[in-house]
Amino acid sequence: MIRLAGVEKKFGKQPVLQGVDLAIPAGKLTTIIGGSGSGKSVLLKHMIGLIQPDRGQVWVGDVEISRLSGKRLNDVRKPFAMLFQGAALFDSLSVFENVAFPLREKLRIKGPEVAQRVEERLEQVGLAGMGHKFPAELSGGMRKRAGLARALVMEPEIILFDEPTTGLDPLLAKSIHDLIVTMQRRFGFTAVMVSHEIPEIFGISDWVAMLRNGKIVLMATAAEFQRTTDPEILEFISVGGTLALPGSSAG
Amino acid sequence: MHVIEQLGQWAVSRVQEMGRMLMFMLSAFAWLVRPPFRFYQTMKQLHFIGYKSTFVIVLTAGFTGMVLALQGYYTLRKFGSEGLLGSAVALSMIRELGPVLAALMVTARAGSAMTAEIGIMRITEQIDALDTMAINPLQYLIAPKLVASVIGVPLLVAIFDVVGIYGGSLVGVDLLGVSEGAYWNSILSAVEWKDVYGGILKSFCFGLIISWVCCYKGFNTNQSAEGLGRATTEAVVLSSVLILVSDYFLTSVLL
Repeated sequence: MIRLAGVEKKFGKQPVLQGVDLAIPAGKLTTIIGGSGSGKSVLLKHMIGLIQPDRGQVWVGDVEISRLSGKRLNDVRKPFAMLFQGAALFDSLSVFENVAFPLREKLRIKGPEVAQRVEERLEQVGLAGMGHKFPAELSGGMRKRAGLARALVMEPEIILFDEPTTGLDPLLAKSIHDLIVTMQRRFGFTAVMVSHEIPEIFGISDWVAMLRNGKIVLMATAAEFQRTTDPEILEFISVGGTLALPGSSAG
Repeated sequence: MHVIEQLGQWAVSRVQEMGRMLMFMLSAFAWLVRPPFRFYQTMKQLHFIGYKSTFVIVLTAGFTGMVLALQGYYTLRKFGSEGLLGSAVALSMIRELGPVLAALMVTARAGSAMTAEIGIMRITEQIDALDTMAINPLQYLIAPKLVASVIGVPLLVAIFDVVGIYGGSLVGVDLLGVSEGAYWNSILSAVEWKDVYGGILKSFCFGLIISWVCCYKGFNTNQSAEGLGRATTEAVVLSSVLILVSDYFLTSVLL
């Protein structure tokens, strides 16, 4: 469904992606892991055309999007939704209006149908009755949930999650992960998630890809990934796993 | 050689920046004429740029007219021409001070807020969120601000002119004793239609400059609080400088 071939990207003189080859399976939850600053979010933004590669190709279905702009790029983006790291809710709109926004702006739906679909999504993410609140009045976890409701309301075919649990405590992080998995299983959309949450992501992902030195060094099912013999990958996932153990964190 | 090279690079980067600014404005206008039309957004911006600037415009206009009358009275009295005070105040307000001071006040109040608002939306990925929803940010965010500013600033300038002339009357007629009839008659005989439309034409241009520069700077903010502060400062300084520079050229064409 989404395929990247030889994608390279530099910011100034700093190379971030150095020939990424990656195919995202349709209808599955794929997680991209890698060290901080390794370019995971940059990679994710290439998939929806928010960043254009210096070299290489990005395919969404049959369309190569790396040089598209304007209306043609907007057409490609129609089946997408994205949950940003900080949820990216519109400050000036209430939670209800945020979730209703894509319905009103993209589908031009008005009246009671909007209210019905928004309330349904808010209930699914555990924010029933919170529609009147503004983003500034919500906790980090609630903002992520509202962002997820906004991403789900259009019933997209593909959802990109940019570090959806960063900055949340372990319980909240688990609840967000559970929510993503539940929704993905229920609606069957293609999910691509960038995350640091090792080992939790092995329990929820269908596929895991690791980005290192600007390249995908391993893409495998979650079970196969954990059986790798590559010492650097092993070190990364074992240190991540140790740090993620309850009680071991200094913070 | 090294200095010349650096100078050349600086010049090229300035030209590129000007090109990007121009393309930004043209793209926003191109999106403006494509459906869906953002009538509600435009009204909301008109309320923010126009209505919410009224108080500060009335305040500055009143005191500008008053100080003009005060200065003008003592200068004209030397020549025994106090009766021309009304025309001196009105022509200064309508031709120059109204458009320029109102535009500078709108830059300070609404322009800086535009840059900060768009800049925060950029930093918190709200603009990227619009993109991912296949909603063009230039159409949704920028075009309504451009239209509202081009409509709002001339209306504010009209208010500035009227309040300024009444401020002048308050000081000239009520405090300094200039004849009321002389004050208003000198305005009627001195002010021509050319003066009025010249001022309004200037205010259209200033309205465009404010929203164009302030939106561009906010839209291209660096991803940091420091970058946002710098963008806001640059927006206010560049808008103010462009208003004053373009005022000279517009005046030289209109006279």
